[in-house]
Amino acid sequence: MNLFSVALKNLARKKVRTALTVGGVAIAIAVLVSLWGFDTGYQRSLNNDIDKMGYQVLVTAKGCPYEAATLMLQGGGGLRYMNEDVYKRISGDARIDKITPQLVATAYDPGKQSGRGGISLYMGIADSYLTLKPWSKFKSGKWFSDENALEAIMGYEVAEYEQRSVGDKILIPGRNEILTVVGIFERNGTQDDGIVFLPLKVAQKIFEVPDKLTGIGIKLKDMAQLSKFEEDLYNEPGIQIISLAQVKGTILNLVSSAKAMTNSVALIAVIIAVIGVVNTILMSVFERTSEIGVMKAIGASRLDIFRIIWVETTFICVFGGVLGNIMALLGGKTIEYILKSVLPYAPKGHLVVITPHILTLSFFGAVIMGLVAGLYPAFRASSMKPIEAIRKGE
Amino acid sequence: MKNTIIKAAELTKVYIRGTEEVYAVNGINLDITDGDFIALMGPSGSGKTTLLDLIGCLDSISSGSLEVFGKDVSRVKESKLVGLRRGHIGFIFQDFLLIPSLTAIENVELSLYFARKPQDRKKLVQLFEKVGLGHRINHLPKEMSGGERQRVAIARALAVSPKFLIADEPTGNLDTKSSQEIFDIFKNINKSEGLTIILATHNPKLGSQADHIIYLKDGKVVSKEESSLY
Ligand SMILES: Nc1ncnc2c1ncn2[C@@H]1O[C@H](COP(=O)(O)OP(=O)(O)OP(=O)(O)O)[C@@H](O)[C@H]1O
Ligand SMILES: [Mg+2]
Repeated sequence: MNLFSVALKNLARKKVRTALTVGGVAIAIAVLVSLWGFDTGYQRSLNNDIDKMGYQVLVTAKGCPYEAATLMLQGGGGLRYMNEDVYKRISGDARIDKITPQLVATAYDPGKQSGRGGISLYMGIADSYLTLKPWSKFKSGKWFSDENALEAIMGYEVAEYEQRSVGDKILIPGRNEILTVVGIFERNGTQDDGIVFLPLKVAQKIFEVPDKLTGIGIKLKDMAQLSKFEEDLYNEPGIQIISLAQVKGTILNLVSSAKAMTNSVALIAVIIAVIGVVNTILMSVFERTSEIGVMKAIGASRLDIFRIIWVETTFICVFGGVLGNIMALLGGKTIEYILKSVLPYAPKGHLVVITPHILTLSFFGAVIMGLVAGLYPAFRASSMKPIEAIRKGE
Repeated sequence: MKNTIIKAAELTKVYIRGTEEVYAVNGINLDITDGDFIALMGPSGSGKTTLLDLIGCLDSISSGSLEVFGKDVSRVKESKLVGLRRGHIGFIFQDFLLIPSLTAIENVELSLYFARKPQDRKKLVQLFEKVGLGHRINHLPKEMSGGERQRVAIARALAVSPKFLIADEPTGNLDTKSSQEIFDIFKNINKSEGLTIILATHNPKLGSQADHIIYLKDGKVVSKEESSLY
């Protein structure tokens, strides 16, 4: 016999009550883990999205920067047009390492999403596109044969979804042009997976926006020159410059206000759980008044009693912590699904990433929660005087 | 010549109830020598339990003096009394007061744990046989009769090899037959091992079997006639 077995047997005595309390702790920990997991996962996916763009600066037509930021991540620029000669003018700048023009277009496809309809994304690109994304690989096929060829390269997911392979003919809904699929990219975990790429000139013709672009992606030789570069481009009419660092900040800002709210929800969950634990343990301490009295009579010290109660509380929180972690791991997918539908911008990839680090942290969080929650009940129990406790119980 | 292990002089315990002072133990002089078997008797409220609590170092004394194993208890702080009790004094209560979540043997092991003494299962099994419970050591208190529970409580008290036993109406919740059985256990231990036992009882038939009877009334020791009891 030792303190641990006494504590465990006490908890086992009132199974329903113990289970409910453990459940309360588990829910609080699950909420906490999910939120931390979301924090980690979201940042990670966002970084991935942004890094995989290959450029640090995007030049677009003037418009709402938030809208532009979002649309850009979904495919490279707001659907406002600028003239192609902007591209010609700035491409000679010596500070530029790589530069590529883009034209994003959309088409409503009534057959999408099992007949419910949806937007298909298209992007006109030039040969320089690949120099900015050297990691792009073909799963099958190859690059366009000519800049005027009626050809298409599909992102991994659209190809998968529409069951296309190289050589297939595709029709852009609403535009009576038939394109031949010449290549399919490998999956790279960004929005590119969902885009159909066309030669820039072909896109301009099909979507009837000759000599127009939606964006220009630029990689500078030296990022330190960014602000000077931006300043110089102020004189160009009708355009704005968005740096990806800025975009990231904007998106994280949007998310952080939501995060502040969810964090307070998590905090409330933890506080409620702690109150629940304190309440349960206090109740069981008072129920066991005469038992505690007799333990003291037969030689238990204050510290012995304190430790029994403390261990009980900590056990509850440790069980709750483990259970909460398991719940978070199992429930992560569901939470991800919900988050994807409510977030202003949801990057590709996993939004909730529960790392071993998070699990360890939350586990120790639960232990600390137990240690703190146990202090008061343990103090109350250890302060009982033996005869009073015995007589009160009679 | 046997040792005096408990020596009380003008021992007094006053409880404050509202504005009233209750002299639960009122100037008692008492010598208990090693190996004594003493029955405390007296009407309800006469101070038996209070006196046992004081002798058992469970409570602080109000005035007078009390020496237990030659130590002046009145000088010991209440929080330090546990050091005097632990492993030296065995307690048995009217309503057994076992830990309900622990089996018979676990209850006994726990007292050894608190007394910081080794938990030797073999010795414990022998002890259970001595109190007539050899076959029920793995049962929970709720699965046992009152008499059996009290045997567990006696085993719990004896396990730590105390210097004396304090039993407050140990047969108060038992029928006549089990009462005598339990009392016989006390008698046996006292005779065979010379363990000092101080026991409070309302039962004159049992009390008369002790070596000495101390009659209490209103917190004072009185003669048998004065006790106006029997
Ligand atoms: N904590 C307390 N506060 C106030 N008065 C008390 C307290 N404990 C006992 N008393 C009083 O002290 C007196 C002696 O009580 P005690 O319990 O010692 O009697 P007893 O002889 O054991 O009685 P019984 O045979 O009913 O067990 C009683 O008048 C009782 O009401
Ligand atoms: Mg009494």
